[in-house]
Amino acid sequence: MKTLKMAIARYNPEVDDKPRFEDFHVPYDNQTSLLDALAYIKDALAPDLTYRSSCRMAICGSCGMMADGIPKLACKTFLRDYAGAGKVTLEALGNFPIERDLVVDLTHFLECIEALKPYLIGNTRTPADGANRQTPEQIAKFHQFTHCINCALCYAACPQFGLNPAFAGPGSISLAYRYNLDSRDNGKQERMPMLNGPEGVWNCTFVGVCSEVCPKNVDPAAAIQQCKVESALDFARSVINCQKEKEVR
Amino acid sequence: MISSANKRVDEPVYWALFGAGGMWSAIFAPAAILIVCFLIPLGVIDNTAAYAGMKSFCAGFLGRVFTLCMIALPIWCGMHRIHHCLHDMKVHCLGLKGLCYGLAAILSVVAVFLVCSF
Repeated sequence: MKTLKMAIARYNPEVDDKPRFEDFHVPYDNQTSLLDALAYIKDALAPDLTYRSSCRMAICGSCGMMADGIPKLACKTFLRDYAGAGKVTLEALGNFPIERDLVVDLTHFLECIEALKPYLIGNTRTPADGANRQTPEQIAKFHQFTHCINCALCYAACPQFGLNPAFAGPGSISLAYRYNLDSRDNGKQERMPMLNGPEGVWNCTFVGVCSEVCPKNVDPAAAIQQCKVESALDFARSVINCQKEKEVR
Repeated sequence: MISSANKRVDEPVYWALFGAGGMWSAIFAPAAILIVCFLIPLGVIDNTAAYAGMKSFCAGFLGRVFTLCMIALPIWCGMHRIHHCLHDMKVHCLGLKGLCYGLAAILSVVAVFLVCSF
């Protein structure tokens, strides 16, 4: 069986000052994913290797990591793609604090999701009223953004998030925008203050790499640019109306 | 940690001017440069008639607005890019934003005086 050299960034906060690389030689075939390889290493070579995973089918978004410096889902990336180079380097997801080995602290991302309220707000329908009805056109407006699996690969790719860790980031803004576009939702005014604020959409300089690395083909860069238009209109409205901004939190 | 104060930032103003400047630089500026810097000097367009035509155009209201946009908008676009490029290069000194946009504002005011003095 063929083998591939995998250089994996190891980090134990109790021992290491910074991540160090450890090499493993992993047998693989055409169906071996990075996640399969990590499971092999944990079972056979390094039982203390730490990584996150769950569904193995690019749905849960748990196994994000840097493969040769590019954010990837380990379950959706295959060793065969690195056979030409003869080696693959795995590191913890970029731009996030590392907890241990390949596990990062996603607290900021989760707090941003919570703060941007990605759920239906102000919909007064009750079960007795029946289901909400939407036209295909209304669904098409936000449908692609519903594919986000919160894997945070876009955060690892985003240079602006790297420069400013307070930035709400592509994933959470896409989710907020998804609900702003939803005809069943009435919560836009609760989301706009954060989108308009110092942690909001204006940190983005439209590098676009968030959309390139998204494993579900969501286009967060488009969501942010469209959000900028919304934010600019909101700004103009506030000037015209001379309204004082309300702090929602 | 999420900030408790969601104070609105003033970036939409600069972004709007940057966007307008970018559009102007991409659409109108190349056409104007092509005509003024190449077609007229190379004689493709008759020099004397062109000069007289441009002079009368620039003296009118639309001509003044066009000239103002031609000067001011690309400056806003350029200064916005410089400001953000410096941020990307981790150059964060106090007053940088004021310097970039202040320079664009001063040059815009100069441009207003310029087009009003035709």
